[in-house]
Amino acid sequence: MHIPDGFIDIKTSTAFSAAAAIAVGGAVKGARNQLSEQSAPLAGLTAVFIFAVQMLNFPVAAGTSGHLLGAALAMVLVGPYAATLALSVVLIIQAFLFADGGLTALGLNIFNMGVVGVWASFGVFFIVKKLLPKTKSSIVVASFIAALLSVPAAAAGFVLQYAIGANATFSISTVLGAMVGTHVLIGIGEAIITALTVSAVLASRSDLVFGWDNQNTKLEIRSQK
Amino acid sequence: MKISNRKFFAGAFLITALLAGGVSNYASSSPDGLEKVAGDIGFIESAKDHALSDSALADYGVSGVENERLSVGLAGLIGVTATALFSFGLFMLIRKKPAVKNR
Repeated sequence: MHIPDGFIDIKTSTAFSAAAAIAVGGAVKGARNQLSEQSAPLAGLTAVFIFAVQMLNFPVAAGTSGHLLGAALAMVLVGPYAATLALSVVLIIQAFLFADGGLTALGLNIFNMGVVGVWASFGVFFIVKKLLPKTKSSIVVASFIAALLSVPAAAAGFVLQYAIGANATFSISTVLGAMVGTHVLIGIGEAIITALTVSAVLASRSDLVFGWDNQNTKLEIRSQK
Repeated sequence: MKISNRKFFAGAFLITALLAGGVSNYASSSPDGLEKVAGDIGFIESAKDHALSDSALADYGVSGVENERLSVGLAGLIGVTATALFSFGLFMLIRKKPAVKNR
């Protein structure tokens, strides 16, 4: 889903870069309050893992591949603020070292994957989590659904950018249908990888998982004040 | 079953290195979702070459390394290392500092 240079005009790219910069600034503030001695290394590890798994394109349909986005995975493991930062780190490394994702499109890409993908999965995860019993299996199910929906959500971010400032004139509804349709399929792969990874971390170090620990941590902080 | 920090991070790094350095060779080379849609609909024409498309690691290969497998694997490991330096640096910098103990 990495947008190359040229798809979206410079004016729109600049506007979304500004929006992404504000979101990343907010994420630095948020992560500062959320990351502890324990969770900071996990956030670092999460970014590295996402970089590696983003290299692994899997086939989704005839002639199409997809790869993990990682927004939902990072959000469940380290919380939305650190997730936005982890995705941003990965996208910066990819754009500058590997020529993957345009340089003028970096803000567009951070906006779609690091902001829309992360916060969409945050919303879905906590709604699903509320509806289910408080068990580890519920966290895995909520991660699966959040991951599934985060991919078409990020794809819709691109369609928004296309609608505002495409350098092409194809109809927006055609682009919307094709982008969302294709990315729901990729979302299934995303959901499977995310659920497997979250289960593995829950089984070995559930104390580190933001999406699992969250409630307890909040209660602790409140009772100390 | 709770495993130690050391085992957890060592294991995770090993898996990550194997994925980027080895499994990456088996990745599908079909266009990804956006590229496919852009090609089918036609707006792929508006894409411009990446400003760094001639750089040493462009498109996940190390320029000058003839062996494809080695080239992709090395690029993956370099990427893992670069991402690790950047992300650990960033997150250690912005985390809550531990309370200063009596010094």
